[in-house]
Amino acid sequence: MADQADNKRGTTPEKPNPAGYYEGETMTRRGAFAVAGQALGGVAVTAVALPVVGFAVAPIFDRPDEEWEGVGPPDDFSADTYRQAVITIVDGVGDSGKTTVYIRQGSPELDEDPSEYIAISTRCAHLGCPVRFVKAAGNFICPCHGGVYDFEGKVIGGPPVRPLDRFQTRITGGVLEVGPRFSVTNDLEPVRARDPGEFTGGVWEYLYPPRPTTAPAP
Amino acid sequence: MPKLPVPALLKKPRKPGEGASVNTGSGNGAGRNGHPNGDGSSSGGGALETVKEGGIDVIGWLDSRTGASPFLTGMLLRKVPKGTNWFYTLGSATLFAFAMQALTGVFLAMYYVPSSTEAYNSIANLTNDVFLGEFVRGLHKWGATLMIILIFLHMGRTFFFGAYKYPRELNWVIGVVLIILTLVMGLTGYLLPFDQRSYWATIVAMNIAGSGPVVGPYLADFLRAGSEIGATTLPRFYAVHMLLVPGAIIGLIGAHLYLVVKQGTTAPPWVRADSQPKSLREEDVG
Repeated sequence: MADQADNKRGTTPEKPNPAGYYEGETMTRRGAFAVAGQALGGVAVTAVALPVVGFAVAPIFDRPDEEWEGVGPPDDFSADTYRQAVITIVDGVGDSGKTTVYIRQGSPELDEDPSEYIAISTRCAHLGCPVRFVKAAGNFICPCHGGVYDFEGKVIGGPPVRPLDRFQTRITGGVLEVGPRFSVTNDLEPVRARDPGEFTGGVWEYLYPPRPTTAPAP
Repeated sequence: MPKLPVPALLKKPRKPGEGASVNTGSGNGAGRNGHPNGDGSSSGGGALETVKEGGIDVIGWLDSRTGASPFLTGMLLRKVPKGTNWFYTLGSATLFAFAMQALTGVFLAMYYVPSSTEAYNSIANLTNDVFLGEFVRGLHKWGATLMIILIFLHMGRTFFFGAYKYPRELNWVIGVVLIILTLVMGLTGYLLPFDQRSYWATIVAMNIAGSGPVVGPYLADFLRAGSEIGATTLPRFYAVHMLLVPGAIIGLIGAHLYLVVKQGTTAPPWVRADSQPKSLREEDVG
């Protein structure tokens, strides 16, 4: 009570110097230990948190090896229609790692290089549902949101933002092989694979930057 | 006004060291040890008395070591404003839905296998073969929808009653984060049965994430753990669904409830301040 009364009168009682006090100190012993303790705690938390976050984020920098899968002799495929083939794009996950590909021979009217084979991905460029090639219409049609693509995979209706993706093809030992995925611009220029929903070409290349997990464009 | 049925023990918590132990505290009066006869002796009374006293002794033992009773009385017996009605139970209903999800989720985890090749079979086994499996899974599945409905009704109540205003803005923000986390639970839980519906729905959801500019593509890769749905996608969703987000939700519910108890609830907008008795207001001013 006496202290309170003193304070009211405007005088402060002198406190004794704390242990370890010396003239001209800029930080009390207690303050120094508080800072050191918190710094140590910060180091400990960082030492755990950084590896853990890196561990969770690491897969976005990891590119799987290129895989090529044979789909049969090249003569099986014609230039005027598509034939289905099922390839495995992710190993070890059963059916969910497989996807359907529509393959045809290059045609002199449509393609720059008629000797090439065109393998079109069934992954809709809108949000990734599986498209189906309808022979009667000659179009690819998506069941989810009504995306329609022409014979070459260019968008002719619905919400998709770019043509259907393609897979690289090559012929090895008389067998047509399907390789890594790539995306195309509206003019069918190949670019590095993008996810569905992402535009390609022009300024969009900067808004939807290429990801390290995909193979470079052919 | 009738007296609240407060158990005698809760009226005034005993401080540690104050008075004697529970059994011999006759000097402190009837209220202290909660014995109905007030003399603290265990003479007389049948088996029922003994059981009652034993229960009270256990509560007293816990309370003298935790000091929890002021906290519990403050939380459970706090005053609520006039006009409090059934709409005020929507938050508790959401909490119950969450508790049900947590409980059923723990037991579903005993049978579920988070692997791309095994998940569907384990769900089929759980649903068709395990005793009451269909019921527990059904509770979890429909409870998820129920929780989303209840949490949005709860937000609607808060909004339309103006209960988000000062000083409760922070609790509104916490509530919005809880809604987002609940939706994340819905999204991540949807993939786990790994049937056609969950697979394609998750593909679409991840591609929606991927269509955001600049960060979208990397976000989608992060969610999938790669450029395609692979062997680690399902375990990743499972870990988020059963560990990461529930932990965050539990912590935030704690903060949410703390603020509710600390700040009290609001009266509905149609209860006007001057409808209260005059004497009460004078008391408030004085």
